[in-house]
Amino acid sequence: MEFRKDLFQNERDDNLNVVGKGVQRQDMPGHVTGRSPFFDDHAFEGLLHLKVVRSPHHHARIRRIDTSAAERAPGVKRILRGADVPVNKNTLLSLINFGKDDEPTLAVDKVRYKGEPIVAIIAESEAQALAARALVRVEYDPLPTVFDVEEALKPGAPLVNDTYPGNTFEYHEKYDHQKLRFGDVERGFSMAEFIVEDRYQMSPIEHAPTETNGSIAAPEQNDRFVVHSCAQGLFFSLGTAAKIVNLDSNRLHFIGGTVGGGFGGKVDSLTEPLSILGAMMTGRPVRYVLDREEEMLYGSPRGAERIYIKDGIARDGRILARHIRSYFDAGAYTRLSSYAAIKCTAHLPGPYTIPNVASDIYVVYTNRCPSTAMRGFGITAVDFALEVHMDKGAEACGMDPMEFRILNAYRDGDMKAHRRVAKNTALIECVQVAAEKARWPISEEAKRQSSLTGGGGARAEIPATPIDENGRFGRPDTRNGRSTQTLPAGTMRIPMTKQPIMEGSTDNRAKPPAVPQYEPYRPASAPPPPAYQPPPAPAPAPAAAPPPAAPAAPASQHGAHRFSSIFGTRRR
Amino acid sequence: MAKVPVQFRLNGSDRAAFADPADNLLTVLRRGLNDFGPKYGCGQGTCGTCSVLIDGELRLSCLTLAAACEGASIETVSGMADGPNLHPLQNAFMEHFAAQCGFCTPGMLTAAKALLDRNPNPSREEVIDAIAGNICRCTGYEPIIQAILSAARGMPAQRRS
Ligand code: FES
Ligand code: FES
Repeated sequence: MEFRKDLFQNERDDNLNVVGKGVQRQDMPGHVTGRSPFFDDHAFEGLLHLKVVRSPHHHARIRRIDTSAAERAPGVKRILRGADVPVNKNTLLSLINFGKDDEPTLAVDKVRYKGEPIVAIIAESEAQALAARALVRVEYDPLPTVFDVEEALKPGAPLVNDTYPGNTFEYHEKYDHQKLRFGDVERGFSMAEFIVEDRYQMSPIEHAPTETNGSIAAPEQNDRFVVHSCAQGLFFSLGTAAKIVNLDSNRLHFIGGTVGGGFGGKVDSLTEPLSILGAMMTGRPVRYVLDREEEMLYGSPRGAERIYIKDGIARDGRILARHIRSYFDAGAYTRLSSYAAIKCTAHLPGPYTIPNVASDIYVVYTNRCPSTAMRGFGITAVDFALEVHMDKGAEACGMDPMEFRILNAYRDGDMKAHRRVAKNTALIECVQVAAEKARWPISEEAKRQSSLTGGGGARAEIPATPIDENGRFGRPDTRNGRSTQTLPAGTMRIPMTKQPIMEGSTDNRAKPPAVPQYEPYRPASAPPPPAYQPPPAPAPAPAAAPPPAAPAAPASQHGAHRFSSIFGTRRR
Repeated sequence: MAKVPVQFRLNGSDRAAFADPADNLLTVLRRGLNDFGPKYGCGQGTCGTCSVLIDGELRLSCLTLAAACEGASIETVSGMADGPNLHPLQNAFMEHFAAQCGFCTPGMLTAAKALLDRNPNPSREEVIDAIAGNICRCTGYEPIIQAILSAARGMPAQRRS
């Protein structure tokens, strides 16, 4: 692998013992001899097997559950229902006090997605558990369903998750979406020569790990339970399970870390609580493993996103404004989608310096299988949409797509939409190297550009930012005071006492903000490609009263510090 | 259901277990005989993680009735090493970084061994064909192919830079 020391000269000490060197993984001998201990590779005397009854309906009221025939079936040791689960409502991020408990381990009165577990059967063999499962009778009253994120936000849409009556996750119990505002997008659009708008729809993606989700729990000495788990976050799973089965966490002994492929699909503790509960109720080891069909259909996928992007582009190719509206399909329960929308917002507007940015990112409940983490969730989909949109933007203004990116790339010292200064930017260099490797001709001017120069100055200014519709953003003094019309240029953050207020989100169903519709872009009469214009005179921040000259951009620190855009922390 | 006895040779040792007549070989190996080398990935013959050799032939143990293996000689990944000495394929997998999570590795090694046992000098295409029934979701196919080819050539792996 090529490491560009010319671009990242301070990035890495060459004398590290492991980083940058080829070393053998310590788990490799176990992998090649078949001795790596995956959760299911443990022998237990008297092992019982657990299987769950799943809802055949996407949305239904449960009228009656009759397990009497199943209880009498051969080999059945115990049947668990919602009432047997000590804490039968949980949300994964409750461990960090984020979000409300909204998901039962075993559904009681309602099912909200097809495949939701209702009853657990514990039997001497897998075959007996499956045979007994077929004897459980559940009567349902089917309810209206909703599978589309925007349909779910319309007035009168079926209510999916009673915990969130607006069908949206509520941040801090009052905000129905994640909002980002920087500058005045409407003004930016009005100054733009080209408006490029499009809609991007992603699909849910199943992780499909080779090892399916599962766990084995068994009573241990000292009144503890040992749990062999496939969990990607072993202690996250321990905390989740301890809460649901209502045991002190020191009574659970989790063993794992050998995960047969996870990719995000093994953070939900899909099986651990029921295995432990089964072991508690029977006093015997209990194994609960999803079969391949369950894994593919009901193991939570990457959530599908619907993303709308609208760019306003100047004649010379500079993007003057970008508006993004996105809906995360959480499925029926929150799991980790609330976090995905935060990551998405933190990532916008992509690695570009755009003087006016606005985004509204919603987490929406539908009657689909709950979605969860998956490799860069919240980021990858919006990145795909943004980069496709960049190509469309380049086409609209008749520019080469590589040069269009170089022109709009962020540079060291630029102010990002989150009101933090960009450091260690390298998009320009990445594009230059990619163009070179692909033998894609770019102009001499574009080749001369650098992330180290041209940034900062006026590009480091925070523009005046008008408040949103409904006074949702930037109410200044008290919650009851009149809202200001504009956050003055240079406003870094709103003090805690002046929290923005989002109105109407909980009173009744939230309405998506109206985004003015523009004529869709038609590339019919594209103007001749303008010559590449380096950005010495930075894009003026419209409506921004020019504040006193910004301090000179700090000396470039390529490589010395990395910058986390989410928490704003530096790490060496 | 009444259990039936089943006896076979497993990695060179005589073993016996009681099995349900409907039990597949994978279940009997794992839960009856505690050989956790072969893995359950699908139970439907689509992933190859349960691959074993039955009388030298590559078979999917999830689709093989245990009772049908009476008297057979079965090899799993657990018996691939000769005492402390790894099989050349195992060494090659280690050197070529041909496992990530390692869950597909037992099946991959078994399929590769079946190939080299009958064709000690396979082409790249033959290697690809031999592991076509084995899914690796960590997408390590290229290192796996390289490992098998290098084991066949008895060559030490090139150092990865
Ligand atoms: S478990 Fe046998 S092929 Fe997948
Ligand atoms: S290494 Fe994970 S499935 Fe192949």
